[in-house]
Amino acid sequence: MSVDPQGPKVGADEWVARQTHRREYLPSWLGNAQRAGERIGWWPRLAIAGLAGLALPLLGLGGFQLQVGIDALVIALLAVGLNIVVGWAGLLDLGYVAFFGFGAYGFALLSSSQLGANGIHLPYWLSLPIVMVGAALLGLAVGLPSRRLLGDYLAIVTLFLGEAFVEFTNNVAPSKLGGPNGITGIDPIQAFGVQLLTNTSYYYLLVIVLVVTMAVLRLLEYSRTGRAWRAVREDPLAAAAMTIPVNRVKLSAFACAAMVAALAGTIFAAQQASVFPTDFDTPILILIYAGLILGGTGSIAGAATGALVVMVIYDGLLRSPAEASVLFYGLGLLTLLAKVRPWRRLGLVLAATVVLGYAAHAIAAAISSSAVATGPQSGGWLGDGLRDWIIVPANPQTAGNVGFVVLVCLAITLAQVKGRWRTILLVPTIYLAAFVWETRLVVEPSITRQLMIGAILIVMMIARPQGLLGQPRVEVAT
Amino acid sequence: MSAVLELDRLSLSFGGLRALSELDLQVGEREVVSVIGPNGAGKTTVFNVITGVYEPSAGDVRFAAQPGSAESIAGRPPHAVARLGIARTFQTLRLFMNMSVLENVMAATYGGTRAMPWESVLRLPRARREEREARALAEDVLSFFGQRLAGYRWDQPAYSLSYANRRRLEIARALATKPKLLLLDEPAAGMNPAETHEITELIGRLCDEREVAILVIEHDMHVVSGCSDRVVALDHGVKIAEGTFDAVANHPAVVEAYMGRHPEDLAGAE
Repeated sequence: MSVDPQGPKVGADEWVARQTHRREYLPSWLGNAQRAGERIGWWPRLAIAGLAGLALPLLGLGGFQLQVGIDALVIALLAVGLNIVVGWAGLLDLGYVAFFGFGAYGFALLSSSQLGANGIHLPYWLSLPIVMVGAALLGLAVGLPSRRLLGDYLAIVTLFLGEAFVEFTNNVAPSKLGGPNGITGIDPIQAFGVQLLTNTSYYYLLVIVLVVTMAVLRLLEYSRTGRAWRAVREDPLAAAAMTIPVNRVKLSAFACAAMVAALAGTIFAAQQASVFPTDFDTPILILIYAGLILGGTGSIAGAATGALVVMVIYDGLLRSPAEASVLFYGLGLLTLLAKVRPWRRLGLVLAATVVLGYAAHAIAAAISSSAVATGPQSGGWLGDGLRDWIIVPANPQTAGNVGFVVLVCLAITLAQVKGRWRTILLVPTIYLAAFVWETRLVVEPSITRQLMIGAILIVMMIARPQGLLGQPRVEVAT
Repeated sequence: MSAVLELDRLSLSFGGLRALSELDLQVGEREVVSVIGPNGAGKTTVFNVITGVYEPSAGDVRFAAQPGSAESIAGRPPHAVARLGIARTFQTLRLFMNMSVLENVMAATYGGTRAMPWESVLRLPRARREEREARALAEDVLSFFGQRLAGYRWDQPAYSLSYANRRRLEIARALATKPKLLLLDEPAAGMNPAETHEITELIGRLCDEREVAILVIEHDMHVVSGCSDRVVALDHGVKIAEGTFDAVANHPAVVEAYMGRHPEDLAGAE
């Protein structure tokens, strides 16, 4: 067939192309803002975000808020690094947190009194390159199994290596590494006569480091190296047939990710002035992955945004009962809004839930005053508002435990039934969830916040599987 | 005529299964050779041995990147073979589905470029020049397909392309490695008659304009008769016939491999 001089014909192919290309924009002025935002290049956007981050302390952040910000920025830096190996090269690396630990311990040893008679106190411009090169070499070593191991096997072997790091720091050379007591008295970051002593200065440093790292990675993403990483993720066999040395490219992804993690580790160690083996255990790994997945695997901006969101929720909001409750009820209401249709049905469910609450509270109060002896535990304006709605008995612990088990059973039943029964059962389920929250969950933030992060990830998976800023991807079985 | 590719008594066994036995095959400069044979004859296996996916059990593969400089490439890893100048497409499409059309092609310039990661980040002269050249090369090979892979499609992900365009993109990607020899594995599979005709024309143009030798596996006899200088027939890993299309198509061994023996012959044999 000869080439058509009039341009492409509109056929099935064209239709598919246009449909995929057609993006969903928000209605009205929000859509215009969205389009305007897309016209801005990547670096002005990054610069604006960075400036906003730098301006944030001017609003007068308290000590706790600043610490949450620092923790969030460290995790964001880690997530951006993890994106290289997981998002681009497609290698499920569960030992990633060990590089963070390596960076922190490396910096700690080079900037404290642990080694030698007087200790080593290197300036940052010397210790940072040493630690990062060391991390890159360690990354190459950990990446070596990726030559042979694929998918699940690589994940489990790297998880083992990550755990080995925790065991190593716990048990090897306690006089140097400190064992479970870690290393304390680490120098602050010092270079060229400047010392970073306040949390505010570490906050600024982290914002700048994060923005620079994101810019560097963005330049890498659309370079020869970045294309090779993604090609290896998409199809290793085809990549090899297209002149890409698959094993070497995988190793370079491991090494680059390790360097970013080590960079985060040095700042973390200097800011905390101490490192402990437990700082680099699986819970941190889960948080990094939660941030990356929530933000969108494969997207630099997504990884950073996701990690910041997760950490601000996890570390900031979920620690105080009042704020955690706002999040809990808000998220619940949003889920109902998104999933219960038509509007008539949603209105019915909400009205029935409100009525059920007040009726139950009135009946319980009439039978026995001890049944409503304790007020809602969430406190704040929300607690006051719910005082006459939710039953919180004199012994909330036992009632909450029983309620939790019943809630799980009810939720399972709810998933099995359909139609009218689901609507009817939804009402007591919502009320019971609120009951369990007020009696039990809200006073156990350490457990509740993990449940909440899990719930947020589930909601995200249903609503937007590619994550906040990720691109939808097709998976091809080979 | 000097041979670009030469298979010398090539054998490959998987355990007790002889996938290829003592296969001799030559492809000359700018020659189009078709490999035909029934399913399971070992056609794709030949490609996999040439490109380094499998290591031959015996025999040798020789490739001449420059005329008269043939060297053995048996046992070299796939990316090294590709760098020497052998590019291939796959029977089951293997595109980088979530990368854009342009990126798919640019990814194949990896072997031809040298810029290290830090050069790309700092935008040093070598990285910028190579990036410019890679893009120009990508646009050049995509423009080989005329309007099919033109303009606005460059920035769309490969998964949004139609089946025929995916096949075209795979050929474009292979061309971006600047090959001397192109291995096409069933380029017309799943195409309609018009597209099949277009593929036949395309193979001829590739040979003339891009100056590559082509080894093509194809089941569609219109394509085979239309494009081949020479045809090789395989069955059970053994070469059963070689020559012009007409000679091979009427060769008794080929007819038997495809159709089975004639009932009268069977009766006569008893």
